[in-house]
Amino acid sequence: MKILVPVKRVIDYNVKVRVKPDQTGVDLANVKMSMNPFCEIAVEEAVRMKEKGGVDEIVVVSIGPAQAQETIRTALAMGADRGILIQTDETVEPLAVAKLLAKVVEEEAPGLVILGKQAIDDDSNQTGQMLAALLDWPQATFASEVVIDGGKASVTREIDGGLQTIAVETPAVITTDLRLNEPRYASLPNIMKAKRKPIDIKAPGDYGVDIAPRLSVVKVTEPAKREAGIKVESVAELVDKLKNKEGVI
Amino acid sequence: MSILLVAEHDNATLNDATRAAVSAAKAIGGDIHVLVAGSGAGDVAKAAAGLDGVAKVLHADAEVFAKPTAEALEALVVPLMANYDVLMAVASTTGKNFAPRVAAKLDVMQLSEIVAVESADTFVRPIYAGNAMMTVKSSDAKKVITVRPTTFEKVGDGGSASVETIDAPAGPFKSQFVSEELSKSDRPELTAAKIVISGGRGMQSGDNFVLLDKIADKLNAAVGASRAAVDAGYVPNDYQVGQTGKVVAPELYIAVGISGAIQHLAGMKDSKIIVAINKDEEAPIFSVADYGLVADLFKVLPELEEELTKAGL
Repeated sequence: MKILVPVKRVIDYNVKVRVKPDQTGVDLANVKMSMNPFCEIAVEEAVRMKEKGGVDEIVVVSIGPAQAQETIRTALAMGADRGILIQTDETVEPLAVAKLLAKVVEEEAPGLVILGKQAIDDDSNQTGQMLAALLDWPQATFASEVVIDGGKASVTREIDGGLQTIAVETPAVITTDLRLNEPRYASLPNIMKAKRKPIDIKAPGDYGVDIAPRLSVVKVTEPAKREAGIKVESVAELVDKLKNKEGVI
Repeated sequence: MSILLVAEHDNATLNDATRAAVSAAKAIGGDIHVLVAGSGAGDVAKAAAGLDGVAKVLHADAEVFAKPTAEALEALVVPLMANYDVLMAVASTTGKNFAPRVAAKLDVMQLSEIVAVESADTFVRPIYAGNAMMTVKSSDAKKVITVRPTTFEKVGDGGSASVETIDAPAGPFKSQFVSEELSKSDRPELTAAKIVISGGRGMQSGDNFVLLDKIADKLNAAVGASRAAVDAGYVPNDYQVGQTGKVVAPELYIAVGISGAIQHLAGMKDSKIIVAINKDEEAPIFSVADYGLVADLFKVLPELEEELTKAGL
Protein backbone atom coordinates (compact mmCIF):
# COMPACT_ATOMS: atom_id res chain seq x y z
CA MET A 1 0.00 0.00 0.00
CA LYS A 2 1.07 3.54 -0.72
CA ILE A 3 0.31 6.40 1.72
CA LEU A 4 -0.02 10.02 0.63
CA VAL A 5 0.70 12.64 3.30
CA PRO A 6 -0.09 16.27 2.46
CA VAL A 7 1.90 18.76 4.60
CA LYS A 8 1.72 22.53 5.08
CA ARG A 9 4.38 25.11 5.88
CA VAL A 10 3.11 27.54 8.53
CA ILE A 11 4.38 30.02 11.12
CA ASP A 12 6.18 28.06 13.82
CA TYR A 13 3.94 26.97 16.69
CA ASN A 14 5.97 28.99 19.23
CA VAL A 15 6.00 32.29 17.35
CA LYS A 16 3.69 35.04 18.60
CA VAL A 17 1.92 36.32 15.51
CA ARG A 18 1.63 40.04 14.82
CA VAL A 19 -1.13 41.66 12.83
CA LYS A 20 0.17 44.08 10.17
CA PRO A 21 -0.63 47.73 10.89
CA ASP A 22 -2.40 48.06 7.50
CA GLN A 23 -4.75 45.20 8.52
CA THR A 24 -4.05 43.14 5.39
CA GLY A 25 -2.87 40.07 7.28
CA VAL A 26 -0.26 38.91 9.75
CA ASP A 27 3.42 39.70 9.44
CA LEU A 28 5.27 36.77 7.83
CA ALA A 29 8.54 38.63 7.13
CA ASN A 30 11.55 37.16 8.96
CA VAL A 31 9.35 34.83 10.98
CA LYS A 32 10.39 31.24 11.69
CA MET A 33 8.35 28.81 9.58
CA SER A 34 7.89 25.10 10.30
CA MET A 35 5.76 22.14 9.39
CA ASN A 36 2.22 22.42 10.80
CA PRO A 37 2.24 20.31 14.01
CA PHE A 38 -0.79 18.23 12.94
CA CYS A 39 1.01 17.43 9.64
CA GLU A 40 4.05 16.22 11.61
CA ILE A 41 1.75 13.81 13.44
CA ALA A 42 0.43 12.61 10.05
CA VAL A 43 3.96 11.98 8.73
CA GLU A 44 4.87 10.14 11.95
CA GLU A 45 1.79 7.91 11.69
CA ALA A 46 2.60 6.99 8.09
CA VAL A 47 6.23 6.22 8.98
CA ARG A 48 5.14 4.01 11.91
CA MET A 49 2.77 2.12 9.59
CA LYS A 50 5.63 1.58 7.15
CA GLU A 51 7.90 0.37 9.94
CA LYS A 52 5.24 -2.17 10.96
CA GLY A 53 5.12 -3.50 7.38
CA GLY A 54 2.50 -3.50 4.65
CA VAL A 55 3.34 0.00 3.41
CA ASP A 56 5.60 0.24 0.34
CA GLU A 57 5.95 3.95 -0.10
CA ILE A 58 5.15 7.25 1.60
CA VAL A 59 4.67 10.20 -0.74
CA VAL A 60 4.63 13.69 0.78
CA VAL A 61 2.94 16.54 -1.05
CA SER A 62 2.93 20.23 -0.24
CA ILE A 63 1.29 23.19 -1.94
CA GLY A 64 3.04 26.50 -1.41
CA PRO A 65 6.09 28.63 -2.18
CA ALA A 66 9.54 27.31 -3.15
CA GLN A 67 10.51 27.25 0.55
CA ALA A 68 7.88 24.55 1.18
CA GLN A 69 10.59 22.21 -0.17
CA GLU A 70 12.18 22.52 3.29
CA THR A 71 8.96 21.27 4.84
CA ILE A 72 8.94 18.32 2.44
CA ARG A 73 12.63 17.62 3.31
CA THR A 74 11.67 17.53 6.99
CA ALA A 75 9.09 14.83 6.22
CA LEU A 76 11.61 12.93 4.09
CA ALA A 77 14.09 13.04 6.98
CA MET A 78 11.43 11.57 9.27
CA GLY A 79 11.10 8.60 6.91
CA ALA A 80 8.92 9.50 3.91
CA ASP A 81 10.23 8.31 0.54
CA ARG A 82 9.62 11.06 -2.00
CA GLY A 83 8.02 14.46 -2.35
CA ILE A 84 5.84 16.51 -4.66
CA LEU A 85 5.77 20.29 -4.43
CA ILE A 86 2.94 22.06 -6.20
CA GLN A 87 4.62 25.42 -6.27
CA THR A 88 2.70 28.68 -6.05
CA ASP A 89 3.05 32.00 -4.24
CA GLU A 90 -0.71 32.53 -4.25
CA THR A 91 -2.93 31.91 -1.24
CA VAL A 92 -4.54 28.54 -1.84
CA GLU A 93 -7.79 27.97 0.07
CA PRO A 94 -8.73 24.53 1.46
CA LEU A 95 -11.21 23.88 -1.39
CA ALA A 96 -8.50 24.43 -4.03
CA VAL A 97 -5.99 22.43 -1.96
CA ALA A 98 -8.47 19.55 -1.82
CA LYS A 99 -8.99 19.74 -5.60
CA LEU A 100 -5.24 19.64 -6.25
CA LEU A 101 -4.81 16.76 -3.80
CA ALA A 102 -7.66 14.86 -5.50
CA LYS A 103 -5.67 15.07 -8.76
CA VAL A 104 -2.53 13.83 -7.03
CA VAL A 105 -4.53 10.94 -5.58
CA GLU A 106 -5.75 10.05 -9.09
CA GLU A 107 -2.13 9.88 -10.28
CA GLU A 108 -0.60 8.17 -7.26
CA ALA A 109 -3.49 5.85 -6.26
CA PRO A 110 -2.64 5.63 -2.55
CA GLY A 111 -4.54 3.32 -0.19
CA LEU A 112 -4.65 6.00 2.49
CA VAL A 113 -4.31 9.75 2.70
CA ILE A 114 -3.25 10.88 6.18
CA LEU A 115 -3.21 14.60 6.94
CA GLY A 116 -3.51 17.04 9.83
CA LYS A 117 -6.99 17.95 11.05
CA GLN A 118 -6.23 21.65 10.74
CA ALA A 119 -3.42 24.06 10.01
CA ILE A 120 -2.53 26.39 12.86
CA ASP A 121 -2.49 29.44 10.58
CA ASP A 122 -6.02 29.67 9.17
CA ASP A 123 -7.55 27.09 11.59
CA SER A 124 -10.02 26.04 8.85
CA ASN A 125 -10.25 22.30 9.56
CA GLN A 126 -11.65 21.52 6.09
CA THR A 127 -9.09 20.06 3.68
CA GLY A 128 -9.28 16.37 4.64
CA GLN A 129 -13.07 16.30 4.67
CA MET A 130 -13.25 18.14 1.33
CA LEU A 131 -10.72 15.77 -0.24
CA ALA A 132 -12.71 12.74 0.96
CA ALA A 133 -15.92 14.22 -0.50
CA LEU A 134 -14.31 15.01 -3.88
CA LEU A 135 -12.98 11.43 -4.08
CA ASP A 136 -16.21 9.92 -2.67
CA TRP A 137 -14.02 8.23 -0.08
CA PRO A 138 -14.93 7.67 3.56
CA GLN A 139 -13.20 9.81 6.16
CA ALA A 140 -12.04 9.37 9.73
CA THR A 141 -11.32 12.78 11.21
CA PHE A 142 -9.62 13.79 14.50
CA ALA A 143 -7.96 10.37 14.87
CA SER A 144 -6.31 9.37 18.13
CA GLU A 145 -5.75 5.72 17.13
CA VAL A 146 -5.64 3.99 13.75
CA VAL A 147 -5.64 0.24 13.18
CA ILE A 148 -5.45 -1.01 9.59
CA ASP A 149 -6.87 -4.48 9.01
CA GLY A 150 -7.22 -5.72 5.45
CA GLY A 151 -9.54 -3.45 3.49
CA LYS A 152 -10.72 -1.61 6.61
CA ALA A 153 -9.41 0.91 9.06
CA SER A 154 -10.66 1.07 12.62
CA VAL A 155 -10.20 4.63 13.82
CA THR A 156 -10.74 6.10 17.28
CA ARG A 157 -11.76 9.75 17.06
CA GLU A 158 -11.63 12.58 19.60
CA ILE A 159 -15.18 13.93 19.80
CA ASP A 160 -16.82 16.52 22.07
CA GLY A 161 -18.06 14.08 24.70
CA GLY A 162 -15.13 11.63 24.68
CA LEU A 163 -13.94 9.07 22.15
CA GLN A 164 -15.70 7.41 19.23
CA THR A 165 -14.59 4.43 17.16
CA ILE A 166 -15.65 4.04 13.53
CA ALA A 167 -14.79 1.54 10.82
CA VAL A 168 -14.04 2.87 7.34
CA GLU A 169 -13.40 1.04 4.11
CA THR A 170 -10.09 1.83 2.47
CA PRO A 171 -9.06 3.77 0.51
CA ALA A 172 -9.89 6.47 3.04
CA VAL A 173 -8.86 9.88 4.29
CA ILE A 174 -7.67 10.10 7.90
CA THR A 175 -7.07 13.39 9.73
CA THR A 176 -4.87 13.46 12.81
CA ASP A 177 -5.56 14.83 16.26
CA LEU A 178 -2.95 15.75 18.84
CA ARG A 179 -2.78 12.51 20.76
CA LEU A 180 -2.35 10.11 17.82
CA ASN A 181 1.42 9.95 18.38
CA GLU A 182 4.48 11.98 19.29
CA PRO A 183 6.46 12.83 16.17
CA ARG A 184 10.14 11.89 16.15
CA TYR A 185 13.08 14.18 15.62
CA ALA A 186 14.98 13.28 12.48
CA SER A 187 18.49 11.97 13.09
CA LEU A 188 21.45 13.63 11.38
CA PRO A 189 22.13 10.63 9.07
CA ASN A 190 18.46 10.65 8.05
CA ILE A 191 18.58 14.40 7.40
CA MET A 192 21.59 13.80 5.13
CA LYS A 193 19.84 10.91 3.40
CA ALA A 194 16.72 13.02 2.88
CA LYS A 195 18.74 15.46 0.76
CA ARG A 196 19.07 12.77 -1.90
CA LYS A 197 15.42 11.76 -1.92
CA PRO A 198 13.52 13.03 -5.01
CA ILE A 199 11.12 15.99 -4.99
CA ASP A 200 9.00 16.63 -8.10
CA ILE A 201 8.19 20.29 -8.70
CA LYS A 202 4.80 20.94 -10.27
CA ALA A 203 2.49 23.93 -10.80
CA PRO A 204 -1.25 24.17 -10.08
CA GLY A 205 -1.77 24.57 -13.84
CA ASP A 206 -0.27 21.10 -14.44
CA TYR A 207 -3.34 19.66 -12.75
CA GLY A 208 -5.84 21.91 -14.52
CA VAL A 209 -7.22 23.19 -11.20
CA ASP A 210 -8.50 26.75 -10.81
CA ILE A 211 -7.10 28.01 -7.51
CA ALA A 212 -8.69 31.47 -7.57
CA PRO A 213 -9.87 32.28 -4.04
CA ARG A 214 -13.57 32.34 -3.19
CA LEU A 215 -13.12 34.40 -0.05
CA SER A 216 -11.66 37.88 -0.01
CA VAL A 217 -10.05 39.24 3.12
CA VAL A 218 -11.69 42.51 4.13
CA LYS A 219 -9.33 43.05 7.06
CA VAL A 220 -7.31 41.29 9.73
CA THR A 221 -7.32 42.87 13.17
CA GLU A 222 -6.00 42.28 16.67
CA PRO A 223 -8.48 40.54 18.94
CA ALA A 224 -10.05 42.62 21.71
CA LYS A 225 -7.49 42.91 24.48
CA ARG A 226 -8.27 41.82 28.02
CA GLU A 227 -6.81 43.99 30.71
CA ALA A 228 -5.15 42.35 33.70
CA GLY A 229 -7.21 42.86 36.85
CA ILE A 230 -6.11 42.88 40.44
CA LYS A 231 -4.25 40.49 42.71
CA VAL A 232 -6.12 39.37 45.79
CA GLU A 233 -4.29 38.52 49.01
CA SER A 234 -6.42 35.67 50.32
CA VAL A 235 -9.01 33.09 49.42
CA ALA A 236 -11.54 34.89 51.64
CA GLU A 237 -11.03 38.11 49.69
CA LEU A 238 -11.44 36.21 46.39
CA VAL A 239 -14.71 34.62 47.46
CA ASP A 240 -15.98 37.98 48.73
CA LYS A 241 -15.22 39.66 45.36
CA LEU A 242 -16.83 36.88 43.33
CA LYS A 243 -19.92 36.76 45.51
CA ASN A 244 -20.54 40.36 46.49
CA LYS A 245 -18.90 42.47 43.77
CA GLU A 246 -19.32 40.32 40.64
CA GLY A 247 -22.28 38.19 41.67
CA VAL A 248 -21.01 35.18 39.71
CA ILE A 249 -21.20 32.62 42.54
CA MET B 1 -32.49 34.15 1.53
CA SER B 2 -33.20 30.72 2.99
CA ILE B 3 -31.07 29.01 5.59
CA LEU B 4 -30.82 25.32 6.46
CA LEU B 5 -29.48 24.92 9.99
CA VAL B 6 -28.43 21.49 11.23
CA ALA B 7 -29.48 20.90 14.84
CA GLU B 8 -26.97 19.63 17.40
CA HIS B 9 -28.50 17.00 19.68
CA ASP B 10 -28.12 13.58 21.27
CA ASN B 11 -31.50 12.23 20.05
CA ALA B 12 -33.06 13.07 23.43
CA THR B 13 -32.42 16.79 23.90
CA LEU B 14 -31.61 19.73 21.70
CA ASN B 15 -28.13 21.08 22.48
CA ASP B 16 -28.11 24.78 23.43
CA ALA B 17 -25.40 25.42 20.84
CA THR B 18 -28.21 25.13 18.27
CA ARG B 19 -29.86 28.19 19.87
CA ALA B 20 -26.65 30.16 19.36
CA ALA B 21 -26.50 29.06 15.71
CA VAL B 22 -30.11 30.25 15.21
CA SER B 23 -28.97 33.69 16.46
CA ALA B 24 -26.24 33.73 13.83
CA ALA B 25 -28.79 32.68 11.19
CA LYS B 26 -31.13 35.49 12.28
CA ALA B 27 -28.26 37.95 11.89
CA ILE B 28 -27.94 36.84 8.24
CA GLY B 29 -31.71 37.10 7.79
CA GLY B 30 -34.23 35.07 5.84
CA ASP B 31 -36.26 31.91 6.37
CA ILE B 32 -34.63 29.60 8.88
CA HIS B 33 -35.34 25.87 8.58
CA VAL B 34 -33.83 23.49 11.13
CA LEU B 35 -32.81 19.98 10.09
CA VAL B 36 -33.02 17.32 12.79
CA ALA B 37 -31.26 14.15 11.65
CA GLY B 38 -31.59 11.54 14.35
CA SER B 39 -32.95 8.24 15.47
CA GLY B 40 -36.02 8.46 17.66
CA ALA B 41 -35.38 12.18 18.04
CA GLY B 42 -39.02 13.32 17.91
CA ASP B 43 -38.62 15.38 21.08
CA VAL B 44 -35.65 17.18 19.57
CA ALA B 45 -37.70 18.04 16.47
CA LYS B 46 -40.46 19.41 18.72
CA ALA B 47 -37.97 21.47 20.72
CA ALA B 48 -36.48 22.83 17.49
CA ALA B 49 -39.94 23.80 16.26
CA GLY B 50 -40.38 25.89 19.40
CA LEU B 51 -37.24 27.97 18.86
CA ASP B 52 -37.72 31.66 18.32
CA GLY B 53 -37.16 32.55 14.66
CA VAL B 54 -37.47 29.07 13.18
CA ALA B 55 -39.96 28.81 10.29
CA LYS B 56 -39.90 25.06 9.70
CA VAL B 57 -38.30 21.85 10.96
CA LEU B 58 -37.21 19.02 8.69
CA HIS B 59 -37.00 15.72 10.51
CA ALA B 60 -35.10 12.74 9.10
CA ASP B 61 -35.43 9.65 11.26
CA ALA B 62 -33.16 6.69 10.60
CA GLU B 63 -30.94 4.25 12.47
CA VAL B 64 -27.87 5.62 10.65
CA PHE B 65 -28.49 9.02 12.28
CA ALA B 66 -28.34 7.64 15.84
CA LYS B 67 -24.61 8.42 15.62
CA PRO B 68 -24.38 10.11 12.23
CA THR B 69 -21.29 9.70 10.11
CA ALA B 70 -20.13 12.52 7.86
CA GLU B 71 -20.92 10.39 4.80
CA ALA B 72 -24.57 9.87 5.83
CA LEU B 73 -25.07 13.55 6.69
CA GLU B 74 -23.52 14.55 3.35
CA ALA B 75 -25.96 12.25 1.53
CA LEU B 76 -28.89 13.81 3.40
CA VAL B 77 -27.88 17.47 3.22
CA VAL B 78 -26.42 17.90 -0.29
CA PRO B 79 -29.72 17.23 -2.17
CA LEU B 80 -31.60 19.50 0.28
CA MET B 81 -29.26 22.36 -0.52
CA ALA B 82 -30.91 22.75 -3.94
CA ASN B 83 -33.57 24.70 -2.02
CA TYR B 84 -31.34 26.76 0.28
CA ASP B 85 -28.78 29.57 0.05
CA VAL B 86 -26.97 28.89 3.30
CA LEU B 87 -26.03 25.76 5.25
CA MET B 88 -25.27 26.47 8.86
CA ALA B 89 -23.91 24.08 11.48
CA VAL B 90 -22.44 24.34 14.94
CA ALA B 91 -18.62 24.18 15.01
CA SER B 92 -18.75 21.00 17.11
CA THR B 93 -16.91 17.80 16.26
CA THR B 94 -20.07 16.78 14.35
CA GLY B 95 -20.37 20.03 12.40
CA LYS B 96 -16.64 20.21 11.67
CA ASN B 97 -16.81 16.62 10.43
CA PHE B 98 -19.60 16.84 7.84
CA ALA B 99 -19.91 20.51 6.79
CA PRO B 100 -16.72 20.63 4.66
CA ARG B 101 -17.93 17.53 2.77
CA VAL B 102 -21.10 19.39 1.84
CA ALA B 103 -19.11 22.49 0.88
CA ALA B 104 -16.85 20.45 -1.43
CA LYS B 105 -19.88 18.82 -3.11
CA LEU B 106 -21.46 22.26 -3.63
CA ASP B 107 -18.08 23.60 -4.83
CA VAL B 108 -18.01 26.41 -2.27
CA MET B 109 -15.41 27.54 0.29
CA GLN B 110 -16.64 26.94 3.82
CA LEU B 111 -16.55 29.73 6.41
CA SER B 112 -15.27 27.96 9.52
CA GLU B 113 -16.16 28.84 13.07
CA ILE B 114 -17.51 32.35 12.55
CA VAL B 115 -17.80 34.58 15.64
CA ALA B 116 -19.72 37.48 14.08
CA VAL B 117 -21.98 38.21 11.12
CA GLU B 118 -21.19 41.53 9.40
CA SER B 119 -23.65 41.06 6.54
CA ALA B 120 -25.19 38.24 4.51
CA ASP B 121 -21.84 37.55 2.82
CA THR B 122 -19.26 38.93 5.26
CA PHE B 123 -18.19 37.26 8.48
CA VAL B 124 -15.55 37.45 11.20
CA ARG B 125 -13.57 34.37 12.18
CA PRO B 126 -10.54 33.83 14.40
CA ILE B 127 -7.25 32.72 12.84
CA TYR B 128 -3.92 31.81 14.47
CA ALA B 129 -5.68 30.41 17.55
CA GLY B 130 -7.60 33.64 18.03
CA ASN B 131 -4.48 35.81 17.95
CA ALA B 132 -5.92 37.59 14.92
CA MET B 133 -9.49 38.15 13.73
CA MET B 134 -10.17 37.94 10.00
CA THR B 135 -13.14 39.56 8.29
CA VAL B 136 -13.88 37.68 5.07
CA LYS B 137 -16.35 38.18 2.25
CA SER B 138 -17.56 35.16 0.35
CA SER B 139 -18.14 35.32 -3.40
CA ASP B 140 -19.80 31.88 -3.53
CA ALA B 141 -23.50 31.79 -4.49
CA LYS B 142 -24.26 29.33 -1.70
CA LYS B 143 -22.59 29.51 1.68
CA VAL B 144 -21.55 26.80 4.11
CA ILE B 145 -20.90 28.20 7.57
CA THR B 146 -19.95 26.72 10.93
CA VAL B 147 -20.67 28.83 14.00
CA ARG B 148 -18.69 29.13 17.23
CA PRO B 149 -21.60 28.93 19.67
CA THR B 150 -20.03 30.80 22.60
CA THR B 151 -20.04 34.17 20.85
CA PHE B 152 -23.73 34.29 19.89
CA GLU B 153 -26.72 34.85 22.19
CA LYS B 154 -28.90 31.78 22.57
CA VAL B 155 -32.41 32.33 21.18
CA GLY B 156 -35.28 31.47 23.47
CA ASP B 157 -38.53 29.69 22.79
CA GLY B 158 -41.62 31.24 21.28
CA GLY B 159 -41.74 29.75 17.79
CA SER B 160 -44.34 27.31 16.55
CA ALA B 161 -42.88 25.93 13.35
CA SER B 162 -44.31 22.95 11.53
CA VAL B 163 -42.38 19.67 11.52
CA GLU B 164 -42.06 17.95 8.15
CA THR B 165 -40.78 14.38 7.98
CA ILE B 166 -38.26 13.83 5.19
CA ASP B 167 -36.72 10.66 3.78
CA ALA B 168 -33.34 9.51 5.00
CA PRO B 169 -30.76 8.50 2.39
CA ALA B 170 -30.60 4.79 1.69
CA GLY B 171 -26.94 3.96 2.09
CA PRO B 172 -24.96 1.76 2.53
CA PHE B 173 -22.13 4.11 3.46
CA LYS B 174 -18.41 3.44 3.46
CA SER B 175 -18.06 4.22 7.14
CA GLN B 176 -19.81 2.74 10.15
CA PHE B 177 -20.18 3.76 13.75
CA VAL B 178 -18.69 1.09 16.02
CA SER B 179 -18.65 2.34 19.59
CA GLU B 180 -18.40 5.37 21.80
CA GLU B 181 -16.79 6.02 25.15
CA LEU B 182 -18.33 9.15 26.58
CA SER B 183 -17.12 10.69 29.80
CA LYS B 184 -19.83 10.27 32.39
CA SER B 185 -20.49 13.19 34.66
CA ASP B 186 -23.38 14.65 36.61
CA ARG B 187 -21.89 18.08 36.14
CA PRO B 188 -22.89 20.49 33.40
CA GLU B 189 -21.23 20.13 30.02
CA LEU B 190 -18.04 22.21 29.59
CA THR B 191 -19.28 24.43 26.79
CA ALA B 192 -22.66 25.03 28.45
CA ALA B 193 -21.59 25.54 32.10
CA LYS B 194 -21.96 28.95 33.76
CA ILE B 195 -18.84 28.26 35.82
CA VAL B 196 -15.76 26.33 34.70
CA ILE B 197 -12.82 25.36 36.89
CA SER B 198 -9.77 24.05 35.02
CA GLY B 199 -6.54 22.48 36.14
CA GLY B 200 -3.15 22.51 34.47
CA ARG B 201 0.25 20.89 34.81
CA GLY B 202 0.42 22.38 38.33
CA MET B 203 -2.15 19.80 39.49
CA GLN B 204 0.71 17.26 39.34
CA SER B 205 -1.55 14.20 38.97
CA GLY B 206 -4.98 13.02 37.87
CA ASP B 207 -5.81 12.10 41.46
CA ASN B 208 -5.39 15.71 42.52
CA PHE B 209 -8.24 16.73 40.19
CA VAL B 210 -10.53 15.56 42.99
CA LEU B 211 -9.66 18.89 44.65
CA LEU B 212 -11.25 20.65 41.67
CA ASP B 213 -14.20 18.22 41.63
CA LYS B 214 -15.11 19.19 45.19
CA ILE B 215 -15.23 22.88 44.30
CA ALA B 216 -17.05 22.14 41.05
CA ASP B 217 -19.74 20.31 43.05
CA LYS B 218 -20.24 23.35 45.27
CA LEU B 219 -20.49 25.76 42.33
CA ASN B 220 -22.31 23.46 39.91
CA ALA B 221 -19.33 24.01 37.65
CA ALA B 222 -17.80 21.96 34.84
CA VAL B 223 -14.21 20.78 35.17
CA GLY B 224 -11.74 21.48 32.37
CA ALA B 225 -8.01 21.18 31.82
CA SER B 226 -5.13 22.65 29.86
CA ARG B 227 -3.50 20.68 27.06
CA ALA B 228 -0.48 20.07 29.32
CA ALA B 229 -2.70 18.30 31.88
CA VAL B 230 -4.38 16.20 29.16
CA ASP B 231 -1.07 15.30 27.50
CA ALA B 232 0.32 14.30 30.91
CA GLY B 233 -2.59 11.86 31.18
CA TYR B 234 -4.21 13.49 34.23
CA VAL B 235 -7.64 13.71 32.57
CA PRO B 236 -9.29 12.58 29.29
CA ASN B 237 -9.04 14.61 26.09
CA ASP B 238 -12.59 15.93 26.26
CA TYR B 239 -11.56 18.06 29.27
CA GLN B 240 -9.25 20.15 27.10
CA VAL B 241 -9.94 23.86 26.82
CA GLY B 242 -7.97 25.68 24.14
CA GLN B 243 -7.24 26.18 20.45
CA THR B 244 -7.52 22.52 19.60
CA GLY B 245 -9.90 21.57 22.40
CA LYS B 246 -13.09 23.26 23.48
CA VAL B 247 -13.81 26.96 23.39
CA VAL B 248 -15.70 28.11 26.47
CA ALA B 249 -17.08 31.46 27.59
CA PRO B 250 -18.67 30.99 31.01
CA GLU B 251 -19.64 33.68 33.54
CA LEU B 252 -16.72 32.58 35.70
CA TYR B 253 -13.55 30.72 34.65
CA ILE B 254 -11.16 29.59 37.36
CA ALA B 255 -7.72 28.56 36.11
CA VAL B 256 -5.77 26.54 38.65
CA GLY B 257 -2.10 25.73 38.11
CA ILE B 258 -2.35 26.79 34.46
CA SER B 259 0.48 28.95 33.14
CA GLY B 260 -1.61 30.39 30.30
CA ALA B 261 -0.08 29.38 26.96
CA ILE B 262 -1.65 31.30 24.05
CA GLN B 263 -3.30 28.08 22.89
CA HIS B 264 -5.12 27.80 26.22
CA LEU B 265 -6.05 31.49 26.31
CA ALA B 266 -7.63 31.06 22.85
CA GLY B 267 -10.14 28.69 24.43
CA MET B 268 -11.24 30.76 27.44
CA LYS B 269 -10.43 34.44 27.07
CA ASP B 270 -14.03 35.38 26.24
CA SER B 271 -15.15 34.31 29.73
CA LYS B 272 -16.83 37.10 31.70
CA ILE B 273 -14.73 36.84 34.86
CA ILE B 274 -11.39 35.03 34.93
CA VAL B 275 -9.70 33.95 38.15
CA ALA B 276 -6.13 32.63 38.12
CA ILE B 277 -4.53 30.68 40.94
CA ASN B 278 -0.84 30.03 40.39
CA LYS B 279 2.26 30.10 42.54
CA ASP B 280 4.33 31.67 39.75
CA GLU B 281 3.48 35.36 39.77
CA GLU B 282 5.05 35.75 36.32
CA ALA B 283 2.62 33.24 34.75
CA PRO B 284 1.01 34.75 31.61
CA ILE B 285 -2.45 33.68 32.84
CA PHE B 286 -2.38 36.66 35.24
CA SER B 287 -2.30 39.06 32.28
CA VAL B 288 -5.86 38.08 31.35
CA ALA B 289 -7.20 37.40 34.86
CA ASP B 290 -9.63 39.75 36.58
CA TYR B 291 -8.59 38.30 39.93
CA GLY B 292 -5.24 36.68 40.53
CA LEU B 293 -4.12 34.78 43.60
CA VAL B 294 -0.40 34.02 43.82
CA ALA B 295 -0.28 30.97 46.05
CA ASP B 296 0.22 27.23 46.22
CA LEU B 297 -2.89 25.58 44.82
CA PHE B 298 -2.67 22.66 47.24
CA LYS B 299 -3.10 25.14 50.10
CA VAL B 300 -5.66 27.31 48.28
CA LEU B 301 -8.11 24.68 47.03
CA PRO B 302 -9.10 23.21 50.45
CA GLU B 303 -9.36 26.77 51.78
CA LEU B 304 -11.54 27.76 48.85
CA GLU B 305 -13.84 24.82 49.50
CA GLU B 306 -14.12 25.91 53.13
CA GLU B 307 -14.79 29.57 52.26
CA LEU B 308 -17.49 28.55 49.78
CA THR B 309 -19.16 26.50 52.51
CA LYS B 310 -18.96 29.53 54.81
CA ALA B 311 -20.51 31.66 52.07
CA GLY B 312 -23.46 29.29 52.09
CA LEU B 313 -22.65 27.32 48.91
